[in-house]
Amino acid sequence: MTDSWVALRRFTQARIALGRAGHALPTKAQLDFQLAHAQARDAVHLPWAIDDFAGEMRDLGLEPLILNTPVASREQYLRRPDLGRLLTEESRCRLTDLAAGETDVALILTNGLSSTAVERHGIPLLQAVAEGYRARNIRMAPISLVVNGRVALSDAIGGLLAARVAVIIVGERPGLSAADSLGIYLTYGPQPGNTDAERNCISNIRPPEGLGYEAAAAKLLYLTGEAMKRGLSGVALKDEMDELLTANQA
Amino acid sequence: MKFRKNFKGRGYGFDGLKSLLAKASPLRAADELAGIAASSEEERAVAQWLLADLPLATFLAEPLIPPEEDEVSRLILDSHDRTAFAPISSLTVGELREWLLSDSVTDADVSTVCWGLTPEMAAAVSKIMRNQDLIAVARRCSVITGFRNTIGLPGRLSTRLQPNHPTDDPRGIFASVLDGLLYGNGDAVIGINPATDSPKNVERLLYLLDDIIQRHEIPTQSCVLAHVTTTLELMRRGAPVDLVFQSIAGTEAANKSFGINLALLAEARDAALASGRGTHGDNVMYFETGQGSALSANAHHGIDAQTCEARAYAVARAFSPLLVNTVVGFIGPEYLYDGKQIIRAGLEDHFCGKLLGLPMGCDVCYTNHAEADQNDMDNLLTLLAVAGCTYIMGVPGADDVMLAYQSSSFHDALYLRRILGLRPAPEFEDWLNRVGIFDGSNALSRGAQSPQLIGAMKELAKVTP
Repeated sequence: MTDSWVALRRFTQARIALGRAGHALPTKAQLDFQLAHAQARDAVHLPWAIDDFAGEMRDLGLEPLILNTPVASREQYLRRPDLGRLLTEESRCRLTDLAAGETDVALILTNGLSSTAVERHGIPLLQAVAEGYRARNIRMAPISLVVNGRVALSDAIGGLLAARVAVIIVGERPGLSAADSLGIYLTYGPQPGNTDAERNCISNIRPPEGLGYEAAAAKLLYLTGEAMKRGLSGVALKDEMDELLTANQA
Repeated sequence: MKFRKNFKGRGYGFDGLKSLLAKASPLRAADELAGIAASSEEERAVAQWLLADLPLATFLAEPLIPPEEDEVSRLILDSHDRTAFAPISSLTVGELREWLLSDSVTDADVSTVCWGLTPEMAAAVSKIMRNQDLIAVARRCSVITGFRNTIGLPGRLSTRLQPNHPTDDPRGIFASVLDGLLYGNGDAVIGINPATDSPKNVERLLYLLDDIIQRHEIPTQSCVLAHVTTTLELMRRGAPVDLVFQSIAGTEAANKSFGINLALLAEARDAALASGRGTHGDNVMYFETGQGSALSANAHHGIDAQTCEARAYAVARAFSPLLVNTVVGFIGPEYLYDGKQIIRAGLEDHFCGKLLGLPMGCDVCYTNHAEADQNDMDNLLTLLAVAGCTYIMGVPGADDVMLAYQSSSFHDALYLRRILGLRPAPEFEDWLNRVGIFDGSNALSRGAQSPQLIGAMKELAKVTP
């Protein structure tokens, strides 16, 4: 049985006017849902081919640095978010050896909760971000790649590199409508113990439906510049950015 | 070691009430994450034996958090009713389980001890109950509340219509509201989680919902689930606030991390009561809770997730809410790992809430990184409906496109109505029959549906986006 208000679907992505078989979903709507859920599940559980990813980066002239967390499996990653925020001793030593020169930005990429997202959008987003930083003479450390990292891992990495700003690109938790979104989190003065209130976030990066690479990079460059100028990030910076954007619109 | 037991030559010790409760708790990821779970199944079973032998009075003598450090503990002790406690005051936790299940104890007796029970007693007894016990006892508890209709009558199941939209687009929200109403949902509340908590945005949404309810004379209430401070500010400006929403937790520190305290909740409730918008009752608060919230705020004081959750119900019941729901699977697998843990937690929360006198609903839900799927939700949904759950969520196609998680759908409520004969709130059911959405026998009409709503739909469809 179809619904007479199907025309309302154009106003929302919500699953409205699905019709019914008795009290239940029609078969098509039921299978649509199952497919979307299957894609989201795959995105969570697919392993990330990090070595292939590093190879692609090198081909494009970007220097990768592969680091590790103590997380031993995907299941442990899901159960123990605290471990995804730490580096192994070996990775810590490698970073300590690197932290010689002055670094503005420690850029990090992790698959987070969606390997599909980093596989699909990781390289072009990194390219857009790295080009932007280079054009503005912002000094970057080698780009860290980490399997099974959490957002706060950027505090550990940025802290060891003595970077002024840590930026982590992370696969976002898959929803039914989008299993391949990347998010970016920026923290000024990264140190273990920083709270989420001290971070700025750019989310839903997944062109063409979501935010594009260039637009995301432009937003990140703006935030990075302002964070370094003002010596802060998080709620205070967000409020000012919102005001600025509103003022520009007016 | 305060509590000791030897079992086949192995000695088990638990150094206090908190530890005993945590180790007696059925396994869940949150307690493992906090490092307070039993280290073996045998240790858990032994802890349950010791807990069963504990006199209920122990919980009054030994608060889990010193009252001078925590206002929720003070509230629990101050609101304890010695007279109501009298019939069960000499019982142990294990004896309380049997008392609750006993044939010689009436359903009315169970309601009578409500304010004699503390959340810790409810949590403790739940830990030694099987799922069927949680269902059977919750079903004995009757909690009836009212605002613009009557929620919680026997044989009824209500739904919150949840028309969320990723950018709060009014047409998108309106489309989901119409869809939900035409599927017979929305008697508990039409409640939006706003994408942006700004007062201006929340105010716009409040007027949108109020207009729909007034225009179509729907016997229900609206809510925009903003922070209580935002809602307070909007009430001062005269915005049409039916229910005041707030997420709450079971410790003062966790509530502080939400930016609230008991005085603030009292202030908001007074303001909502003063606006006098209810016609069938003065239950003006809507609370959400969930196991793991205190831990995620690092404010659990070493108390297990389920006991912290029950303590949140002490906060809730101090403000006579219209609705409370546990958003059980939203928090993620580091707290409730899989379908089995989510189902158990949903039944525990519903049981403890009802036992403590709350109009308890459940957001039967999961995220995509939890080991759960629609079949697990079907199981929990059916079990809760059998247990007499007050209400469930109604989300278009079970897919919340703003919060990116899966909840129950409009269709799910129709399923429960068909298999268990559960009806919506009476005033809302009358309206559904009157406008032609329902057929007079608790099911959707097959013929022409609500000309008035279809008219509103056509009007909306004419608008060029």
